[in-house]
Amino acid sequence: MEVTFYISSAIALLSTAMVITRLNAVQALLYLIVSLLAVALVFFELGAPFVAALEVIIYAGAIMVLFVFVMMMLNLGGSALEQERRWLNPRMYLGPVLLALALGGEMALMIGNTGPAAHAIATVPPKEVGRSLYLVYPVAVELAAMLLLAGLVGAYHLGAGKWTNKEEEITPGFRDRKAPGNPAIKERSI
Amino acid sequence: MNGVPPEHALMLACGLFLLGMIGLVVRRNIVFMLMSVEIMLNATGLAFVAAGAQWGQPDGQIMVMLILAMAATEVAVGLALVLLLNRKFKTLDVDSASTMRG
Repeated sequence: MEVTFYISSAIALLSTAMVITRLNAVQALLYLIVSLLAVALVFFELGAPFVAALEVIIYAGAIMVLFVFVMMMLNLGGSALEQERRWLNPRMYLGPVLLALALGGEMALMIGNTGPAAHAIATVPPKEVGRSLYLVYPVAVELAAMLLLAGLVGAYHLGAGKWTNKEEEITPGFRDRKAPGNPAIKERSI
Repeated sequence: MNGVPPEHALMLACGLFLLGMIGLVVRRNIVFMLMSVEIMLNATGLAFVAAGAQWGQPDGQIMVMLILAMAATEVAVGLALVLLLNRKFKTLDVDSASTMRG
């Protein structure tokens, strides 16, 4: 079943090339998701089913959804409705949908073909990965945890620092504590 | 005809990495630059998985999981920077933020 490897790598290269040449960010994101799905299929073909699942769940699921959210936040303007209308145009999503359909057909082919020749390459099962992760690389797990914590603190610091309007220069979370009848807080110049 | 030769997987990883690097160098929109960095990280993970599959060891997959954690952190901080840039300069062009204060 090497054919599926070559088809999905061609899809990955094609959709990645489309990502870096698109002018519209949302369209580029759709192509990027297709590219990640294709790479997940390549992972599966290389005998790494656990990482293939993680690629779909975390990369194509969580991280790309974060990208989409930020894209939608950036485009909040008066012309939002017109933009929505343009994005629902079939020309916007026809290419990614066709590539994703090709990947889906390939996956159906792989599910249907469960003969002895289906897994020519040695598969490394998730059990072995987990055992090695927690027995051989526990320090790396702790480092990843610290990195995630640092990213959390950094993103909070950058994102929630000063969403100030001009008229009141306080952070949104602090405003609720400013009770009208409380002189101690009222006096404080913020 | 048993399995995919690892050279081909490495060539695919190389191609994806090159595409990501071209995107990073060519585009000036910060969102596209972040996407290109994602592509490059993904290509690196593919190279790790190909090497791990060559020897039948789980170490390559573990490296991909660590790369995944790093990519998630990088995207969180990077997108916060995107929001900050958009709020301050009203644009997504990285060249608008070419000066430092300090």
